[in-house]
Amino acid sequence: MCFGCVSSSTNGQQMVWWENMGQSLFDKLWDEHLIESQARDADLIYIDRIFLHERTGSIALSGLHELGRKVFSPEQVFCCMDHIVDTHPDRTDETTMPSGKDFIVATRQYSRDAGITLFDLDDHRQGIVHVVSPEQGIVQPGMTLVCPDSHTCTQGALGALAWGIGSSEAEHALVTKSLRVERPKVMQVCFEGELAHGVGAKDIVLHLIAQYGAAGGSGFALEFTGPVVAALDMEARMTLCNMAVEFSAFTGLIAPDEKTINYLRDKPYAPKGESWKLAEEYWRGLSADSDARYDHMLVVDCSALEPQVTWGTSPHQAVAITGTVPLAGEGDDADSAGFERALDYMALQPGESVAGQVVDAAFIGSCTNSRITDLRLAAKVLLGRKVAKGVRAICVPGSMQVKAQAEAEGLDRIFTDSGFEWRASGCSMCFFAGGEHFGFQERVISTTNRNFENRQGPKTRTHLASPVTIAASAVLGCITDPRELLKR
Amino acid sequence: MENFVQHRGLAVPILRANIDTDAIIPSREMKRVSKRGLSEGLFAAWRYLELESREPNPAFILNRPEYEKASILLCGNNFGCGSSREHAVWALAEYGFRAIIAPGFGAIFAGNCVRNGLLPLVLDYTIVKKIAIWVEQNPAEHQPSIDLMAQTIDADGTSHSFEIDSGAKHMLMLGLDAIGLTQEQWPKVMAFHKERQSLRPWLYEKA
Repeated sequence: MCFGCVSSSTNGQQMVWWENMGQSLFDKLWDEHLIESQARDADLIYIDRIFLHERTGSIALSGLHELGRKVFSPEQVFCCMDHIVDTHPDRTDETTMPSGKDFIVATRQYSRDAGITLFDLDDHRQGIVHVVSPEQGIVQPGMTLVCPDSHTCTQGALGALAWGIGSSEAEHALVTKSLRVERPKVMQVCFEGELAHGVGAKDIVLHLIAQYGAAGGSGFALEFTGPVVAALDMEARMTLCNMAVEFSAFTGLIAPDEKTINYLRDKPYAPKGESWKLAEEYWRGLSADSDARYDHMLVVDCSALEPQVTWGTSPHQAVAITGTVPLAGEGDDADSAGFERALDYMALQPGESVAGQVVDAAFIGSCTNSRITDLRLAAKVLLGRKVAKGVRAICVPGSMQVKAQAEAEGLDRIFTDSGFEWRASGCSMCFFAGGEHFGFQERVISTTNRNFENRQGPKTRTHLASPVTIAASAVLGCITDPRELLKR
Repeated sequence: MENFVQHRGLAVPILRANIDTDAIIPSREMKRVSKRGLSEGLFAAWRYLELESREPNPAFILNRPEYEKASILLCGNNFGCGSSREHAVWALAEYGFRAIIAPGFGAIFAGNCVRNGLLPLVLDYTIVKKIAIWVEQNPAEHQPSIDLMAQTIDADGTSHSFEIDSGAKHMLMLGLDAIGLTQEQWPKVMAFHKERQSLRPWLYEKA
C-alpha cells in the first residue's frame, strides 16, 4: 500500500495544512546542523564526525596532501582498515589483492600525518567501519556522520544523520567540517505487524526493495517506523538501515529509544558521567512530531512475510523463499532487457523455484550481517550439523571485537565444527577487488548487500538472504527455507 | 576542474536500468591510490572478453567503431547506483564523457559527477529512448547538443528542456572548487562550530 501526502483541498490550503504540521526527525536533525540555506545553492550542513577507510579514504587524504590542505578537527575523524585487508588469521600488510599494500601503507601514513584515529590491522578494535563505529559508540543519536562509503546509512539505526559520500566530498568535509548538500525529501516507511519466526531485518528490507524497486527511495531520506522496527534489536536495525542505499535512498533513520540508549551505555566513546546525563536527555527528545509532515509514506505489512532471497543481479530482484522467479520483467526491468540479462547471468529460468538451487558457496559477513546477533542466529541453525559436501562456507565476523565475543560464547566452534571457515574481520568477499574471490560462475548464497554482476568474483552468481537462510542453505547444499531447520 | 557550458558530441546508448558503479568500474580495476589512470577499467567486465589480455569484446557498444570517441552516455534509470566509489566518475571523465543522460541517478554518483565537471542530466525515459533511437540511425551525424545555461538539449529535431539544481549548475558552469567556495564562508562555519561546542559539549570531549 502506498500513499503520498496529498491533500484533497486546493494548493493554497495544502500549504497551510503543511505549515501547521509537525516536523519529521530527519527535518529536525537537518535543521540543527544547517549552517546556511541559500535559495540558489545547496544547504551548507555541519558535519560532526567523519569516518574513512583505506579504499576511498586513502584517496581523500592523499588529495588533501597533494594540495597542502589540512584536516580541520582531526579528533572527530576516524579511519578503519577494512576493505582490502586479508581476513586470514596471520595477515600482514601484504594482501592477496594486488597492490592492496599500497592502500594500507598510504592510509597509515596519511592518518598519522593528519592526526586522526586509525583502527589499524593489529588493533583489537579493527573491523568494518559500520560495525566498529556503533560498537565503539562513535556514532550517537542526533549527530551528522559521513564516510566515503555508500553503506554509511547503516549508522542511521542509532538515530544519527549518517550518509555515504564520494572522495571529493570527504575532502570537503575533512577541510571545512561541513558539506554542501541538497536537502532530500523525507519518506516515512512504517513496518506494521509482527515478524514470524525465522524472518528478520534482512527479509523486510529485501521485501521493501522488491516491492518498490531499486530506485524506490531515490531522492528521499527514509524514516523507518512502526511496531516491527520498535521490536527489532539494535543490530537488526543496523541491517535494515544498511540497505537503504540499495533502495537508492539518501539514508535511513530510526528514532532513538530505550534500546538505543542502553546499547550506547558504557561504549568506549559514549559520553561519561554528567555528560552522559546531558546527552541522554537530548537523545530522549529526538523523535518525529506526532503530526509530522512527510513527503511520502509507505506502509508495509510484515505479518505474512516469509524469508526472502534474491534471484537476479539487482537487490530488487527478490522473492519469498517459497516463491519462483517472475515470468517477466516489471517496472524498470520491463523495457531494458534487464530481466532477461539478469536471468541469463544467474542461469535461471522464468517461473523456476529459487529454493532448491544448488549452491557452491555460503558467505556470512559484511556490514549488513556480521554482528554478534547475526552469528548467534546462524549458529543456532549450524549447531550439531555439517555443511553439505562440496560447499565452501565462510564466516567473517564484522570486527575483531565481534570475533572475540563469538569465541567467548563458543560460537566459533559451532561454525568450525560444521565446516565453516572462521576468519579475522574485514569486508572480505563481499566484493571482488582482485584478491580472494568466489569461483567462475559459482552460485553463492550470501548475507551481503549487493548481488551485482561480478560482485563476489568473475561471473559469480550471488543470492542475497539472511544469516539463518545462509546457514540452512550451507547445510543442505541448496537454497533452503531456514524455518524447517530452526524447528528443534 | 574543467567547466561545462555547452557540449555537442557523439552519444552512445546503454539503456539498461540500475547500472551500478561496480559495473562502471569493477573494484579490481581500482589498483592505485590515485584518481587517474582509471579509464582503462571503465566497464571492464563488459568491454573486454578477457580481463588479463584486455581483448575487446566486439559485442559491447563502446567497442563499435561508430561509437569511438563518444562523449555523451544515454542510460536507463538509476544509473550509478550502489557503491560510492568516485572512481566511476573519474573513469568516465578520463575516457572522455562530458555528460550522462538518464531518468535518474544514484545520489552519491550524481554528486560525484558535479564535483568532476561531468554533467548528470535527468530526462524522462521516453525522451532518453527517443534520443537513443535517433542517435542509432546515424551516430556520427545525429549528435545531441547540450546548453547548460539554457538547460536544453537539442536532439531528434526537438529542443528538450531539463531541470538541474541551481547549486550544481553554478558549480559546473564555472568549474568551481567546492572547498574554495565553502572557505569563503569560513567565519560562518567557525561561528557555528563554536556554538555547537557549547550546545552539545559531549561530542567534543576526549574518549
